[in-house]
Amino acid sequence: MKEQLEQIRREALAAMDAAADSQALETLRVKYLGKKGELTAVLKMMGKLSAEERPVMGQVANAVRADIEEKLEAVKAKLAAKALEARLLAEAVDVTIPGVPVAHGHKHPMSIVLDETKDIFVEMGFEVVEGPEVELESYNFTKLNAEPGHPSRDWSDTFYITEDSSVLLRTQTSPMQVRVMEQRKPPIRIVAPGRVYRKDEVDATHSPMFHQMEGLVVDEGITMADLKGCLEQMVKKLYGPDSVVRFRPHHFPFTEPSCEMDVQCFECHGAGCRTCKGEGWIELLGAGMVHPKVLQYCGIDPEKYSGFAFGVGVERMTMRRFQISDLRLLFENDIRFLSQF
Amino acid sequence: MNLSRKWLGEFVDVDANDKDFAEIMTMAGSKVETYARLDAEIKNVVVGKVLSMVRHENSDHMWVCQVDVGQGEPVQIVTGAQNVHEGDLVPAALHNSYLPGGVHITKGKLRGVVSNGMLCSLKELNLTLNDFPYAIEDGIWILQEDCTVGQDINEVIGNDDTVVEFEITNNRPDCFSLIGLAREAAAAFNQPMRHHEPVVKGGGPGVLPELLDVEVPAADLCSRYTARMVRNVKIAPSPKWMRERLRSAGVRPINNIVDITNYVMIEYGQPMHAFDYRYVKGGKIIVRRAEAGETLTTLDGNVRPLQPGMLVIADETRPVGLAGIMGGENSEIVDDTVDVVFESANFNGTSIRQTALALGMRTEASAKFEKNLDPLNTLPAVDRACELVELLGAGEVLDGVIDILNFVPQPVVLPLETDKINRLLGLEIPEAEMVEYLRRLEIPVENGMVQVPSWRSDLKCMADIAEEVARLYGYNRIPTTLPHGATTLGGYSAEATLAQKAGIVARGLGYSEILTYSFDSPKMFDAIRLPADSPLRETVKILNPLGEDTSVMRTTALPAMLETLQRNVAYHNKAAKFYEVATIYLPQPGQVLPNEPKILSLGAYGAGVTFFTLKGEIESLLQCLGLQEAEYTPVTDDPSFHPGRCARLTIAGQDMGIFGQIHPLVAQNYDMDCEVYAAQLNFTGFMSVRKPDCVYCPLPKYPTVSRDLALVCDEDKTVGCVEKCIASAGGQLLKSVRLFDVYRGPGIPEGKKSLAFSLELRADDRTLTDEDSAAVVQKILAKLDQDLGVKLR
Repeated sequence: MKEQLEQIRREALAAMDAAADSQALETLRVKYLGKKGELTAVLKMMGKLSAEERPVMGQVANAVRADIEEKLEAVKAKLAAKALEARLLAEAVDVTIPGVPVAHGHKHPMSIVLDETKDIFVEMGFEVVEGPEVELESYNFTKLNAEPGHPSRDWSDTFYITEDSSVLLRTQTSPMQVRVMEQRKPPIRIVAPGRVYRKDEVDATHSPMFHQMEGLVVDEGITMADLKGCLEQMVKKLYGPDSVVRFRPHHFPFTEPSCEMDVQCFECHGAGCRTCKGEGWIELLGAGMVHPKVLQYCGIDPEKYSGFAFGVGVERMTMRRFQISDLRLLFENDIRFLSQF
Repeated sequence: MNLSRKWLGEFVDVDANDKDFAEIMTMAGSKVETYARLDAEIKNVVVGKVLSMVRHENSDHMWVCQVDVGQGEPVQIVTGAQNVHEGDLVPAALHNSYLPGGVHITKGKLRGVVSNGMLCSLKELNLTLNDFPYAIEDGIWILQEDCTVGQDINEVIGNDDTVVEFEITNNRPDCFSLIGLAREAAAAFNQPMRHHEPVVKGGGPGVLPELLDVEVPAADLCSRYTARMVRNVKIAPSPKWMRERLRSAGVRPINNIVDITNYVMIEYGQPMHAFDYRYVKGGKIIVRRAEAGETLTTLDGNVRPLQPGMLVIADETRPVGLAGIMGGENSEIVDDTVDVVFESANFNGTSIRQTALALGMRTEASAKFEKNLDPLNTLPAVDRACELVELLGAGEVLDGVIDILNFVPQPVVLPLETDKINRLLGLEIPEAEMVEYLRRLEIPVENGMVQVPSWRSDLKCMADIAEEVARLYGYNRIPTTLPHGATTLGGYSAEATLAQKAGIVARGLGYSEILTYSFDSPKMFDAIRLPADSPLRETVKILNPLGEDTSVMRTTALPAMLETLQRNVAYHNKAAKFYEVATIYLPQPGQVLPNEPKILSLGAYGAGVTFFTLKGEIESLLQCLGLQEAEYTPVTDDPSFHPGRCARLTIAGQDMGIFGQIHPLVAQNYDMDCEVYAAQLNFTGFMSVRKPDCVYCPLPKYPTVSRDLALVCDEDKTVGCVEKCIASAGGQLLKSVRLFDVYRGPGIPEGKKSLAFSLELRADDRTLTDEDSAAVVQKILAKLDQDLGVKLR
């Protein structure tokens, strides 16, 4: 009997090892362990054994059953792993097939640049404000120290709404300086982005409507060194910490001293190339210390307070940033253009 | 303003190459636009001496010349010109030489005979008879210059020079002159300036006041009129040095008298004019405003109709010049001119600018006058002109000057406020250093007071002096600091934040941002079929627009959106979805300035775009922006939209805009034959219908029961009203109602439709029993039947 049991064990273990799939394994389980299986059949003969032999054989039989069951589990797990592997293999996809498209829109390149620039100033404690585009002459010119008869006031340069030239389309965002200073007490730190209008025919670099961002800081003890620091910070954040800037004397009626800020050409690092038209520098913005007369016009005591102001052309920054050569593309709104951003 | 470095050298020594010169001048405040060597275009062209000439063996007009070019052996050059003779000095372009326009000369054979270069005409060297009047037009330039064989022709022409172009800002008219820029260069390079006081010998025949009388009735437009006279003039070409200088400044030499006026204008920045005395009738010059109907033929031969108020120079009978702009043909300097009047005057800048603009003739002179010149400059300028006349032997200058002053010189004296200047700049420059910078600019400081020179009318206050100090100290030496003092809280306005959010959501929904013009054509109203009495036709009008297309400020952003869609359709873009947060301009009665609210404008076309995709997107948008519950009501009478596919959006009883399919007739006006959808939402209005901050609602503890209802109702009943009825009857236990199907067809009677709703029922304090939910459904069905005649299918 022991012989029989040992034989069953040998046969069963070998058969299970050879089982090709879970179905074959199940057949073997039934064959050996089922109610009508071989092991059960042998055990049924236990009754015929002597009382001494019975426990010994019982032990052997149990050991054989345990071995078979253990093997069964092991083979089952092996087969399951194999089956999973096969399934995963079958399920494999060509990952180079494009994904299912999800429609999404694009931000206008001008907004990309403007938002970035605004954020930089917001981080420095500036408030973003907006103001009217149809504006009073006094805000656009007189209170900004543009003398009567100043060429920029000509009807050939500025769009007028009233015959007496008292209402116009603002030619700059600078009237926001006056509006803010009239409404608030220092400390003032604002940027004012918006649309401005000048009587230029449309071409690759001109548009009768374009965008500027004005900045204004007024407080006690504001210096030209602060102006430089603040604008240099902007450039380093926009164009990277290695950016080099320079400040050149210039003239604006509403600032004194006035300057223009150039950034060293990113392409040639100052050597002169096509991008910078050989100059090594690219003009970025105009700025200056708020003219004492402007402070006075706005009811701020120039003996106590000082400030600086600047104005950036958003189109120019955008075109430079994305190497857009024709300004008209910005207002044409061709989806093939917009989807590039 | 073009500056010749050679000419500059007459006033100040500057030891710097062109690049450094440009850089240093720019950083000191005189911005250099460009600079160029005059000899950049001509290379390897030298003075040659024709040693011998023989006829070309294969030509009856060409000559084979042996030319000494200073290289030992003569070179053989073939020429077709007939004006060359043995012994002549000529410009010889050698093998591998360059001429203006990029012309490259190399040796070659001309009809079989070797030619090692070319003999040049004036034209080939980019010169004219004005530059070298003794030469001839068709032929080789036979040099009559003091030059040596082998010398670079550039030196002979005067091309050994650099011309530097400066951008002069409006506040510095003094820099529209050689002396002005020399003064800046002297200050920038800290070099002494060599001034020149004109000395006039005079003694010409006659007594000036007896010959010439000047009256200035338009005293308000002419603050000074200075004149001198020259008699027995011999009109001739001016000498080479003067022609050379004029050419470097971009001015064509004409004759000695005209050249002198131009020379002085460049040197002193004072425009001058020379009249032929013969044609100044009555010997009288009157500076007055033009009268109605007067005309003047200007030097350029154009007849100019004069408007009353324009400033003219007249004699007793007629205008002889357009003051400060251009002289008249009737008193022009001609070859037989004998007596000349030099005018050196100061005119009102605005008047000159407006006249030049009105007549479309901005000239060198008017460009200077319009900046308002220094009236103290007229006398030295006219003296300089007379000095040059004597130097050139061009005529006899009369003693005396006619000088009419209509202004009282007001010397400007400002305190040198060292502390304030330093505080403004963020520097600590000692007073002595400031005084030194100002001295370099020829601005004296006496006893702490800045004596502003007459040519620096731009210096009016401390800040102006601060700029002078700062630019000579060096803007780039000013340290960089960040503003200190009270902290300010930066940030965006609530509206700007909402606009940014709207952009994010719109892009998430597939819409791309556009930027469109704020002005439009008044014709757009017809294109969108706006009724004739629509208040939106009341616009802010531009009185001087570029054209009709950009002549009114928009009162609706719809046309701009439709133009954008139209353009994309025209470009064969299959589908597109756009958004814009667009400002519109609404005139307000009794208000000077219009209101400028913002519209959230949406537009879309292409496969899959329907009324309901647009509506779904708008619903998402409103939800993401945190707005209160919206109501949608059909709009059948907006002519811009499809009468059956248009809805008005109402939030909290306020009109928040309109959306739907664009009316096919409108689409047609924009050349689109596809379905086009658009929305014009009242973005500014959104600000007042935002929900209060969200408060957390506990998650349900008890299970939800779902019930689907298939209803049959009349066609004219909207889903909206059925839904409302269900909601009102459902009470507390009804948590949501959602339409999931609309069906018409077999099984449903004609004129009716089937609506299928999914309901969710739940109690907050217990599990609902079947009886509970059945009761709610019964209540809903009863109310539907009673209010709307809607029955269970």
